[in-house]
Amino acid sequence: MNNDNNTMKRRWLSLYVENKTGVLARISGLLSGKSYNIHSLTVGETEDHTVSRMTICLDADENTFEQIKKQFNRSVEVIKVIDFTNLSIRTKEVMFIKINGVTDKTRTEIFQMAEAFKFQVKDMDKNSVLIESCRTEIKNDSILNVIYDRFKNIEVVRGGPVAIESISMQDR
Amino acid sequence: MGKMTGNEFFVKALREEGVDKIFAYPGACVVDIFDELYKQNDVDLILPRHEQGLIHAAEGYARSTGRVGVCLVTSGPGATNLVTGIADANLDSVPLVCFTGQVPTGLIGNDTFQEVDIVGITRNITKYSMMVRDRKDLNKAIKEAFFIASSGRPGPVLVDLPKDVMAQSGSDEYPDSVNLRGYKPNTKVHDGQIKRAIKMIYKAKKPLFILGGGVKIAGAAEDMKKLMEATGIPAVTTIMGKGSVPTNHDLYFGNVGMHGCFAANNAVNNCDLLISIGTRFNDRITGKLGTFAPKAKIIHIDVDTASISKNVTVDVPLVGDAKEAIQKLLKASQEYDGESDMIPGWVEQLQEWKQQYPLYMNKKDKLTPKEIIDAINELYDEPIVTTDVGQHQMWTTQFFEIYGKRQLITSGGLGTMGYGLPAAIGAAIGNPGRDVIAVTGDGGFQMNSQELTTATINRLPVTVCIMNNGYLGMVRQWQDLFYDRAFAGTCLRRCKDCETAGCNELCAGRSDDCPPYVPDFVKLAEAYSAQGIRVTKADEIPEAFAKAKAKKDGPTVIEFLIEDEELVYPMIKPGGPITDLVLGE
Ligand SMILES: Cc1ncc(C[n+]2csc(CCOP(=O)(O)OP(=O)(O)O)c2C)c(N)n1
Ligand SMILES: [Mg+2]
Repeated sequence: MNNDNNTMKRRWLSLYVENKTGVLARISGLLSGKSYNIHSLTVGETEDHTVSRMTICLDADENTFEQIKKQFNRSVEVIKVIDFTNLSIRTKEVMFIKINGVTDKTRTEIFQMAEAFKFQVKDMDKNSVLIESCRTEIKNDSILNVIYDRFKNIEVVRGGPVAIESISMQDR
Repeated sequence: MGKMTGNEFFVKALREEGVDKIFAYPGACVVDIFDELYKQNDVDLILPRHEQGLIHAAEGYARSTGRVGVCLVTSGPGATNLVTGIADANLDSVPLVCFTGQVPTGLIGNDTFQEVDIVGITRNITKYSMMVRDRKDLNKAIKEAFFIASSGRPGPVLVDLPKDVMAQSGSDEYPDSVNLRGYKPNTKVHDGQIKRAIKMIYKAKKPLFILGGGVKIAGAAEDMKKLMEATGIPAVTTIMGKGSVPTNHDLYFGNVGMHGCFAANNAVNNCDLLISIGTRFNDRITGKLGTFAPKAKIIHIDVDTASISKNVTVDVPLVGDAKEAIQKLLKASQEYDGESDMIPGWVEQLQEWKQQYPLYMNKKDKLTPKEIIDAINELYDEPIVTTDVGQHQMWTTQFFEIYGKRQLITSGGLGTMGYGLPAAIGAAIGNPGRDVIAVTGDGGFQMNSQELTTATINRLPVTVCIMNNGYLGMVRQWQDLFYDRAFAGTCLRRCKDCETAGCNELCAGRSDDCPPYVPDFVKLAEAYSAQGIRVTKADEIPEAFAKAKAKKDGPTVIEFLIEDEELVYPMIKPGGPITDLVLGE
């Protein structure tokens, strides 16, 4: 075994699976049952309503990752496995942040941040502001960091990234 | 196109699949299916006495015949009693279709009486598991279940059948083909890889075959022998692979692994090319990973892509059916126009190791396990031998000689105690007229001894050989070697009185003060209308087997009182490298 194969790296998989009861459980169970650590998993129907597509993001070394792909490939419910790790893909993640305990002063600040960091204010009242950001996961991480620095009383919901192969644009 | 209820269709589907035996245990949620089975004569209903015994019997049937074993049990406890057997079949690649009754769909999720989510429970230990939620899906589901179980790397498939779905009427047509977009088992062998492999094989100086259970599953034993002879390359086996080539063959050097022999393990250590067929290299075989076959390049042939490079890194992967791969290698070797670089001394070296350190066992005051297995080798003609799990299992896999195919049936992957007797029953049902012997331990036998009933009522002449050492011997061996003889929970003679007698210290060995063994196995056998025989001396062995052979209409139990403290040698320390082989005595 050479060293390359032992380095942990973030990996991306796109899975076409049967759109049936129990398939999500089978896929996530396969990962947890073998102690593979997933970072995120999203799933939704495709253009064919009998097929769902999953975007799975995980940290694994090369050997483990190869094994994971094989395990998926041999699952009856999995129709196709695409390794996105080294392909150019487009990815987005939806993130909601609710900031509570807002004052007039901080509200203005949030609007300035929205301008600068390209997220949107979607809802608010006297005390709270609801932010929506649909960016790559990494950009969402940065936005969240900025907000964390400034506000403590917040609620965060993240959807996990979805991904699709690019056509001619190289950037993610 | 006619109409049928699901229950009626179930029996039709079995017929279409050519199933003539079903291992089944009734209950509320399958009583309607039983009613249909009662009305016909094509499918025989075998009624074991416990669902665990039932599924191991189905495994023994499947492994000894190569056909799919079929189970039918009720919901809830009936289904959960199958779980151990399902896991066992999954690890040993045994084709099973397990039908479980389920509460009506309208009640699912309500904690209904005898409701369990058996599909969820077994999701990670089956090849595939599903619930039929709609009558219109039933026909296809059964067809797919049999196809998935028996194709590619075989394995258990579970089909959960809600009672109301089965009562509904629907099509009576059995599909004649399967089209599963997510499951296309790849059995075709890639010719380019065969070329690469054959080159490596001829360039190797010290090549070695390592054969796993996959060779027998693929029915490739005959071709394997030819390939071995055509190339002159020696072979070793895993426990599951033992019997892939005749054990008395000049080029065969025994089992590798934790209790493998010196020659075989040393061959692996020293070879420069390992051609492995149908094994996933589990930890009982490799010892400490990274120390296994340190000098070798590896060619790995397996029908299951996921088994390749799972535990060791492989240089030439060859995905496909073992039989086809072996035949193609054989053809390629006959057409190969170069010389073999195998050094002349390689096989001689292995022979030397084999002679220097043969498997042996010293004679003792009491019976030794080797004397029993030797007698089986001598007195029987190609018997099917099943084992339980423990020391007796290792001794059987060490000393049992095999010439035919599918003669050794042992729980290799899961190591399930209680396997031996029911597996023998299944083998006997699938192979009328053949001698079937279960070699079992005094511990494991008690885990499914109720199945003696099944053998008696089905008039099965199974011979059960209990190697009684009074211990959970395999665990005791570890305590003996690594835990200062603190026999915690492994002495099967121990009883309440031993505490007052002060037997809490480290064991000084059996004494006359030790309490008598419970149960009396001979009496137990007789209670089941089986023939019961106790053997205490080597010269009583032939007569005991003669009596067993003479009994044609039911089981015989022979209790062998063996050395209490015999150890299995050689042994690789758990987790250690396979170079650290302890030879023993
Ligand atoms: C169901 C189950 N429980 C526990 C074990 C652990 N175990 C492995 S071998 C063994 C001892 C078996 O004793 P016995 O059947 O008397 O056979 P022996 O080793 O003495 O030949 C035990 C407890 C197991 N393999 N299976
Ligand atoms: Mg024992």
